[in-house]
Amino acid sequence: MSRLYLARNPKVAARSIGGEMMIMSGHDSTLFTLNQTAAILWQSADGSTPLDEIVDRRICAEFDVDRSEALQDAESLARELAGHQILQLSEAPIPQPAGHYAAKPAGPTGGSR
Amino acid sequence: MNLLAEMTAKAQALNIPLSAQIDLTYRCNERCVHCYLDHDDHGEMTTDEIKHLLDEMADAGVFILTLSGGEIFLRKDFFEILEYARRLMFCVKLKTNGILIRERDAQRIKDLHVESIQISIYSHRPEVHDAITLVPGSLKRSIDAIRFLKSQGLKVIIANVLMTQNMADYAGVRALAAELGVDCTLDPTVTPMLDGNRSPLSLGVDVDALRHVFRDGALIGDVDEFCAVPPPAGENDLEATPCSAGHTACYVSPYGEVFPCVAFPFPTGNVRRQRFIDIWRHSDQMNEVRAIRVKDLTTCTACSHVSSCTRCPGLAYLEGNMRGPSTQDCEKSFARTGIPSANMLAKKRAGVNLVQIRALPTFASATA
Repeated sequence: MSRLYLARNPKVAARSIGGEMMIMSGHDSTLFTLNQTAAILWQSADGSTPLDEIVDRRICAEFDVDRSEALQDAESLARELAGHQILQLSEAPIPQPAGHYAAKPAGPTGGSR
Repeated sequence: MNLLAEMTAKAQALNIPLSAQIDLTYRCNERCVHCYLDHDDHGEMTTDEIKHLLDEMADAGVFILTLSGGEIFLRKDFFEILEYARRLMFCVKLKTNGILIRERDAQRIKDLHVESIQISIYSHRPEVHDAITLVPGSLKRSIDAIRFLKSQGLKVIIANVLMTQNMADYAGVRALAAELGVDCTLDPTVTPMLDGNRSPLSLGVDVDALRHVFRDGALIGDVDEFCAVPPPAGENDLEATPCSAGHTACYVSPYGEVFPCVAFPFPTGNVRRQRFIDIWRHSDQMNEVRAIRVKDLTTCTACSHVSSCTRCPGLAYLEGNMRGPSTQDCEKSFARTGIPSANMLAKKRAGVNLVQIRALPTFASATA
């Protein structure tokens, strides 16, 4: 079975506001906020980590879920996010430009350097 | 409540500056007659200083970043700054006169996924527009820029500042915008210069002209609703914050000075000496602005327009009291509804001339 790689679409604007990820589509300026799982996919979408590893490391490790079900749900969600042009999906690693920003959280504890 | 309003409310509750404007330069290749800036370069932030500021703003939670000036394309490092800002995933909006934008620049702007570009157009007639910018041929070049940007599929907004000189032309500008397939905003606000010089105000339209504009159904939509007598203020109106300045928005000058808003030149700190987040969170001045509620305003609290007034705290500050009324907004409220504001009534009782916005007698001949 082929693996699925995720990368953030460079067209979007994104910022974490008080722990909630806000994304503006580069396609039509529609605003989205991501739920917890979608935010995990977004944060992990580095172009080089395959989806099954993200599910293992970030979803199965943190939530009490069945792995195959979690993988199926995550892939469905990733495809939905790709449909909104928030993520890019590929069966091969997706090269990322150097210095791409990870949208660190801003909020009462954010902003420290 | 739409999603942006929800996120703005959340940002305000968490004291996050959701939007910021940076003026990259005050230098300009136009000399607009109403401009509030000193165009000399008094030591603009360097490329590295601006990049450092952008890092700090991203960490602080700034999402919507407006790059403005002056004329932003006069900075040789403009695209380097823009590219850096987009790498930090800001939602970037540009304000420009567009006259330096050629086809290749439009392509680069598209490739960097800028959200929108606002271009100032004062009239659809070159003899009027160019007489305001004082640059012959500027209307054509700005329109060329709009066409280049549109051809790339970019969102362009025409900003039309309404003054005595172009009062008759706003419908023509709207028709031009429709022909170009872009949005158009109309703003009758002319601001004093940042050094407090109030002479630009003489270019603003008077109450009669405002009344005419506010009753133009093609512009306003439901005129009866727009011009209705304001409802009495409720408790929520009095507890409200006057505007987003200092609450979820701020402004940084080319010299690193931080203000609550571009129209509110109340110094709160300088990013060349302090961290942006420290100014935002801890500056006494920023916190003073942030503490003001509508119920704290002098004169306005008792005004019948308090629930619907567009009062600008920055204009009030430039009149001498950030808690006081903004006469331009009093005049707008009066022009809309026919009901004088509390400020206007107080000035009338005191025998002060109410009409502050009036064309200079020499202006028409100087620009004809």
